[in-house]
Amino acid sequence: MTLAPGLHHYLIIAALLFCFGLCAVLSRRNGIAVLMGIELILNAANLNFVAFSRYVTNALGGHIFVIFVILLAAIEAAVALAIVFAIYRHFKSVEVPQVHEMQG
Amino acid sequence: MRSPRYGKSRMEISQILHIAGFYLFALITVVAGFFVAFAQNIMRAVFALMFALFGMAGLFLFLHADFLAATQVLIYVGGVLVLLLFGIMLTQQMVEADIRTGRIQFAPTLLAMFIVLGFLLFLIFKTPWNISTASGFEETTRGIGTLLMTEWLLPFEVASILLLAALVGAVSIARARRPGA
Repeated sequence: MTLAPGLHHYLIIAALLFCFGLCAVLSRRNGIAVLMGIELILNAANLNFVAFSRYVTNALGGHIFVIFVILLAAIEAAVALAIVFAIYRHFKSVEVPQVHEMQG
Repeated sequence: MRSPRYGKSRMEISQILHIAGFYLFALITVVAGFFVAFAQNIMRAVFALMFALFGMAGLFLFLHADFLAATQVLIYVGGVLVLLLFGIMLTQQMVEADIRTGRIQFAPTLLAMFIVLGFLLFLIFKTPWNISTASGFEETTRGIGTLLMTEWLLPFEVASILLLAALVGAVSIARARRPGA
C-alpha cells in the first residue's frame, strides 16, 4: 500500500463509510436518520463497484450497476419517506422505539 | 520520473496535486460520514450527508467515472437530500425547540461497528486483488449509453416500471386519508 491512491484506499474509505452507515442504522432513534444511514451504506457499495471497475475489471459493468443502485436508492428514499409520513400521522412521532406495535 | 536534483518537473507537481486532491476528498467524505452517524443534531447530520455525497462525487472523478459523478450530484444532492430535508422539517414537532435525536443500544452498536470494520480491513488487506495495469477510462458516457441500450436494455426498462410503481405507491401511502374515502 503506497501513498498514491490505489484500490486499497478506496476500499478502506468504503469500509469506513459502511461502518458509519451501519452505526446510524442500528443506533439512531429518528426514522429519517436511519434512512440516512442506509444511503451511506449504499454509497459505500457504489464506491466499491466503481473502484473495482477501475482497478480490477477495467470494464463499464460496475458503472451500470452503480446507476441502478442510485436509482434504487432514490426510489427507496421516496417510498420510505412516504412510510415515515404515514407513521408520523398515526403515532405523532418518527422515533423508531415508539413504533413497535405495528400489528393491525 | 526524473531525479529530484533537477527540481520538480510538471509531471511531479500534477501528481502531487492529484494525490493531495484525492486525500482532500477522502477526508471530506469520511469526516462527513462520521458526523452522519454521530452528530447529535439531526439537521447537522443531513448537511454532513450532503458533504459526504459531494465528496463521493469527487472520488468518482478520481476513479475516471465522470458520468457517475454528475449523476451522484444530480440525484443524491438534488433529489434524495431535499427529500430527506423535507421529511425532517415536516415531522419535527415545532413545540420542542431543539431538533435532537437520541440513540438506542449505543454500546452494542459500537461493538458491532468495530467488529465489522476489523473484518472488512482484514479482508481488504488479505485478499490478493487482481489489479489491472490499465490506465482507466478516457470518457465513460458513450460506453454507458451503449451498454444501457444493448446489453442492459431489459433491466433499464424494468427500472422505469419500478420508478412508476414507486411513484404511485409513495403518493398513495403518504396521502392523508379522507374520511369516508
